[in-house]
Amino acid sequence: MSTPLSSLSSTPAAAFSAKSWFVKLGILPFLLAASILYFAGSEPRFLSGDNLFNVARQSTFLIIVAMGQMIVIVTAGLDLSAGSIIGFSGVVAALALNQVLGTSPEAIWLSIAAAVGAGLCAGLLVGAINGFGVSVLGVPPFMMTLGTMTSLIGVTLSLTNGLPVTGVPDEFMRLLGYGRVLGMTPPILITIGLFVLVFVLLNRTTTGRYFYAVGSNARAAQLSGISTRKHVFLAYLFAGLLAAVAGVLFVARTGSAEAMNGQPYTLQAIAACVIGGVSLFGGMGRVRDVLLGALFITILTNGMNLVRVESYVQQIVLGAVLIVSLVADQLRLKWLT
Amino acid sequence: MDATYITFDNLRRPAAQQALQAVPGEPLLRARSICKRYGNVHALSDMGFELQEGEVHVLFGENGAGKSTLISTIAGAVQPDSGELCMHGHPVRLRNVHEARKLGIAAMFQEFSLAPHLSVEENIMLGAEPCRNGFIDGKARRERVAGVLKRCGFSLDPQAMVATLSRAQQQMVEMAKALLTQPKVLILDEPTASLSEKETLALFDLVRKLREQGVGIIYITHRIKEIETIGDTVTVLRDGKYIATVPVREVNHQRLVELMTGRTFQDLYPRIEHRAGEPLLRIDGLSVRRVGLEGASIEVRAGEVVGLAGLVGCGKSEIGRAAFGLEEIAEGTVRVKDQTIARPTPAGMLAAGLSYITSDRRNEGLMMLRSTQENITLSALGSAALSRLGLVRRARERSMAQQLGTRLRVHPLDQDKAVGKYSGGNQQKVLISKSLARPANVFIFDEPTVGIDVSARVEVYAFIKELVDAGDAVLVISSDLPEVLNLSHRLYVVRDGRIVDHMVGDEVEESRALLGFFGDPILSHQDHP
Repeated sequence: MSTPLSSLSSTPAAAFSAKSWFVKLGILPFLLAASILYFAGSEPRFLSGDNLFNVARQSTFLIIVAMGQMIVIVTAGLDLSAGSIIGFSGVVAALALNQVLGTSPEAIWLSIAAAVGAGLCAGLLVGAINGFGVSVLGVPPFMMTLGTMTSLIGVTLSLTNGLPVTGVPDEFMRLLGYGRVLGMTPPILITIGLFVLVFVLLNRTTTGRYFYAVGSNARAAQLSGISTRKHVFLAYLFAGLLAAVAGVLFVARTGSAEAMNGQPYTLQAIAACVIGGVSLFGGMGRVRDVLLGALFITILTNGMNLVRVESYVQQIVLGAVLIVSLVADQLRLKWLT
Repeated sequence: MDATYITFDNLRRPAAQQALQAVPGEPLLRARSICKRYGNVHALSDMGFELQEGEVHVLFGENGAGKSTLISTIAGAVQPDSGELCMHGHPVRLRNVHEARKLGIAAMFQEFSLAPHLSVEENIMLGAEPCRNGFIDGKARRERVAGVLKRCGFSLDPQAMVATLSRAQQQMVEMAKALLTQPKVLILDEPTASLSEKETLALFDLVRKLREQGVGIIYITHRIKEIETIGDTVTVLRDGKYIATVPVREVNHQRLVELMTGRTFQDLYPRIEHRAGEPLLRIDGLSVRRVGLEGASIEVRAGEVVGLAGLVGCGKSEIGRAAFGLEEIAEGTVRVKDQTIARPTPAGMLAAGLSYITSDRRNEGLMMLRSTQENITLSALGSAALSRLGLVRRARERSMAQQLGTRLRVHPLDQDKAVGKYSGGNQQKVLISKSLARPANVFIFDEPTVGIDVSARVEVYAFIKELVDAGDAVLVISSDLPEVLNLSHRLYVVRDGRIVDHMVGDEVEESRALLGFFGDPILSHQDHP
């Protein structure tokens, strides 16, 4: 074990062209910088403390869901059911809350624990179904998760008879929604904590490395003695869990649970991953960049709201940005190999 | 110099038509100082080549020597950076395959350009459909296809869907497609690679017939026997450069290999001491239904190299793959050291100390976009040496990768570089480094030198020697006959899913191996002494 770490110094010091930076970082830092400069220049309120706090709070759900989505995409999969899991787990959490409070109105902490537990289990369950379908039955991820997405909306709607579940107690909303800890709202702290966990998972653990291996070359992973099934399954489990966290937090924030609550997040999370340089072919991507991607989407929406861009036009801009990043991703892959 | 190129655009002018007629003293096709670069790799540099009418001209060289680039250039699929192509002494410029075809150059590549869900007829006429009033003229198409199939002597159902045909039949379709336009130059890229012996002989008949008609044939093959059977002239390439053009009559096997590799036999293949110890790998009565492998039994002892030889698709590769758990075993047992493994899986075999180095680096060997370090350590990451409680010990991982990469002489070694950016030789070395990350005593090399240059090849052989000298057992599975002949202490020959011969020590020799390959000595009747 006396080998010198000489390879650390082997990074070429010469090439600092724009191209090499782009290949290294992806297009995201450029987009992020451009949008911040533009909005800061055209609307002074954009950089105000209030607005920045707002951006941070708004971005939490997307960041959490996008990290789950990323884990799945890294294994060369896709999770279209993320948004439905948000709705489903939120409804399950709210129902559990009401159930416990209905029988024993004093047990407020028990009800909160039951709600969080039930919500997260709901997400894990859907994740397990997705994982089973993709890894054991061999259903293509797109079709499998499209299927669960569709039926899950039905399940959630029938659980609630199509009505929003309300009556969420204030303690629950303060604890997980709008309270203040260390000057920050709980969702922000939870997001930071989850980010650290996912970062460690993907960069420091064998499981994380195997996610990349399975997505990069599943056959090579198999020949290296890695169980691809197990890791594909695990990836969907993580995605389900993270979406469920977002679902529970969403209920705490809004005070009501609905089947369609999380729908926009599915595609936005995929967009955040792609803008963050996560390859849809699997095996490539960094959590840090996914976080920035989710932030970028939030900042773009927030900024466009501030400068009063019409919502239809906002849609056009978001779509265009997504396509530009996909093209950039292709280009980057080409230059990388 | 005459700067008027013949291209597709001026093809119909009388001058161009005239230039395409034969000119006495000028070769049918001449390539002059062709250069082609891909990034930093010189696929071809200053390449020259001449093809006469009525000649079978073999291109011979290792993988990566530039044969494919050369024929792609001639076929119009690749544009050279510089240099020129002449037909009958007249410069031509080919912008794509279609234009080359119009000028009478047709190619049959190894990768089939067939649409699997269309019929034989539709495939043969693809891109050249006879039309009437803008609609496909079905009757004319049927007649032309029937004509070309008859000319070639192929019995194919024109209505059959290509996906339902055997590989050999698909090749016939490809051939018919190439011959549809009655080309003057026909390029055949390893045409016999997937053919049975009977089909090979039929193909040779067809090639001879075309040669009599004055067609110039460029023929790529790795099989020296084939060169002797069908070739008139052979041009040897190495590392993208022209080496020599010689009449087939005047060279022998050894000379060809020396031209190809630029080394003498002794230089290329190391002498490995045979000090056979206890058996480390025993495969008994192995049957794999999927490929028709039946009752294969082999044994590899400590301190020896055992070879498995045979034609492509004979089942030799599946013996190694089944032993590593990559094929479903119908019958038979696999023993590593004293341990009988009932149901081999890659994870189980790695744990038992058996490493399989795949022949298919790209698809099942390496993660092309991931770093060298991650590739090298992948299979060992879960072991106590590299992780604790699921957390990767990163400093150890790095030093292990550094050590193994250095040992295999991956050069220049950059642990953070994506493996896909390395040359084939370095990729192969990374692949072998990877197999060393886990402690192993039995190594199965499947086509260990496919697609790598000579210097890397020498290093791979030297490494095999190193393993054997240290008392490990090595099984080499290879379609490169000189390779297995010269490395192996013992050689098994596989034909049609069965082991048909076993040679030990001095018995290992080419003619006996070829006899085993083909069953009866049809192809070896021109055996040189």
